[in-house]
Amino acid sequence: MGKKSRLATSDPSHFGDYGGVFVPETLMSPLEELEKAYGEARADQEFQRELEELLHLFAGRPTPLFQARRFSEHVGYQVYLKREDLCHTGAHKINNALGQALLARRMGKSRIIAETGAGQHGVATATVCALLDLECEVYMGVEDMRRQALNVFRMELLGARVTPVDAGSCTLKDAINEAMRDWVTNVENTHYLLGSVLGAHPYPTMVRNFQSVIGREARRQILEQEGKLPDLLVACVGGGSNSIGLFHEFLEDEQVRMVGVEAGGKGKDLGQHAARFQGGRPGVLHGTYSYLLQDELGQVSTTHSISAGLDYPSIGPEHAYLRDVGRVEYTSVSDQEALEAFKILSELEGIIPALESAHAVAYCLKTKELNRVIINLSGRGDKDVEIIRDLRQK
Amino acid sequence: MSRLSEIFARNKKCFIPFVTAGHPDLETTREIVLALAASGSHVIEIGIPFSDPIADGPIIQKSSFQALRHGYSFADYIDLIRQIRRETEVGLVFMTYMNPVLSYGLEKLDREGVKAGLDGVLISDLTPEEYSRMEPLEALDTIFLAAPTSSDQRLQKIREVSRGFVYLVARTGVTGRKTDVEASVPKMVKRLRRYTQLPIAVGFGITSAQDVSKVWKYADAAVVGSAIVSFIEAHRSEADLAQKVGEYVKKDLISAP
Repeated sequence: MGKKSRLATSDPSHFGDYGGVFVPETLMSPLEELEKAYGEARADQEFQRELEELLHLFAGRPTPLFQARRFSEHVGYQVYLKREDLCHTGAHKINNALGQALLARRMGKSRIIAETGAGQHGVATATVCALLDLECEVYMGVEDMRRQALNVFRMELLGARVTPVDAGSCTLKDAINEAMRDWVTNVENTHYLLGSVLGAHPYPTMVRNFQSVIGREARRQILEQEGKLPDLLVACVGGGSNSIGLFHEFLEDEQVRMVGVEAGGKGKDLGQHAARFQGGRPGVLHGTYSYLLQDELGQVSTTHSISAGLDYPSIGPEHAYLRDVGRVEYTSVSDQEALEAFKILSELEGIIPALESAHAVAYCLKTKELNRVIINLSGRGDKDVEIIRDLRQK
Repeated sequence: MSRLSEIFARNKKCFIPFVTAGHPDLETTREIVLALAASGSHVIEIGIPFSDPIADGPIIQKSSFQALRHGYSFADYIDLIRQIRRETEVGLVFMTYMNPVLSYGLEKLDREGVKAGLDGVLISDLTPEEYSRMEPLEALDTIFLAAPTSSDQRLQKIREVSRGFVYLVARTGVTGRKTDVEASVPKMVKRLRRYTQLPIAVGFGITSAQDVSKVWKYADAAVVGSAIVSFIEAHRSEADLAQKVGEYVKKDLISAP
């Protein structure tokens, strides 16, 4: 087998043993319809042109690859930041939201539903729905609505309805449950704009493809600026869309190592963190088979992270595959380490990172002996400023 | 011939109630299932609770979360079947989600389930496509969902993996909300009938004796879930709960008006 085929899996709905389609039968036809429509849109130059134009003129792409000189000096090697925080709405989530909203319009769906944890995906979805004149309803756990009250208001300003979810742990997992229940009820006119590389096929592949613009730009930019590929890519991993978006274009570059950073939270006990590869085992949640934090009876565990965007018990199935075949390494950093990184990057570079992205920054702070590193700065930290202030006042 | 097939062969119109195992507790579930069997039920669906029941509406969700607080294991549920089977020949089917089954082991469920007297299993989020990638069950009947949105091609796939009966979802959406039986069921049953000779059970939003008798006009069995779970919830602290559930099913769900 050639080099290309090592990471390719023959079955498009699975990544090795992972992924697949685990949904109630009612959702099978809409998923098949989505897969077909997405395949056609991908091959349609007019669709691609419109997406590229919106990514450029509306979302502000390409985002810069910025050499962080003072931070580099601090860690002792060259660090580049892929500035997804400069995207319209403040995070990489807009890349996928634009792609899927254009697709929904093409499929004749007039209504969009989405889930959100930190609110970034909800805001991105509400934004593209305003742009494309689509009805928008966002499901959000009541605990997350409390933590991210300002983002709730932003979504409402953009014309979306935010529906509180008061079940289970009242966070992202429960918001996805409720969005899936809505979709199973309103399949005729509704598209579920899932925000990460999760869920049933074709979502993990489709969302990855919409996000892989990050890596395509970064690869071109580092070659332009340095004439060489990086030796390491680092990104935080919640569901895993910003990380796979950066990694995907580099997968065949064997000299480039990749590290995904999960949320280590407050400790190693189940319920204290969201490090699926350290406390989880394979299982099925929200339509896909992947690593899952669960108890010995197969009940899904609650999770903890200071960062709402990483606070989720499962991980995109392609990550499970890339880990098993040894292509990507996964590790975790604690809440405390992420907070320290948040502070250091703000002070050294004048860039306030999202707490999610601060996990990737924290990995570099505790890792030496590197040469040329790209960190995916997946979002900006404005949404987290209040959390940080509250912590300091305690 | 499996017990389920015999039951459907013997009874032209079957009644299939659903209860959540462990709601309010397993001992009471045992009593309720026996009362249901004595009150004219032919097959009983026993819901094995899962933390993230995406196919269920608020009533069954709530019963699941309450049951989960007991911390019962899958072996406890198998034991429940063993105890019930000592006293009745009613059909017994587990209805659950993929993850608790994966955690216990699909093959183990097949082996231990049939030993205890379980007849079949319906896993709401297991599609025929994914099931075909697994080692198929040998002993238990495998019941799959058919939906209003299922294409002809999908009905074919569903038939290929189904044993015992096919569970036709009467409308899109989750369990609990009311269904207009006359408007949706006849056409769907007719379409599904083209693909399978297996008995067809219709469920989701069937809440009254009128609904049940309408379903019986077109299909082989009617499934009632949320209405019964809701009745159990309303009377949960009463001493003669099981007997009351039996009377409710007999009087309010099975007797034609």
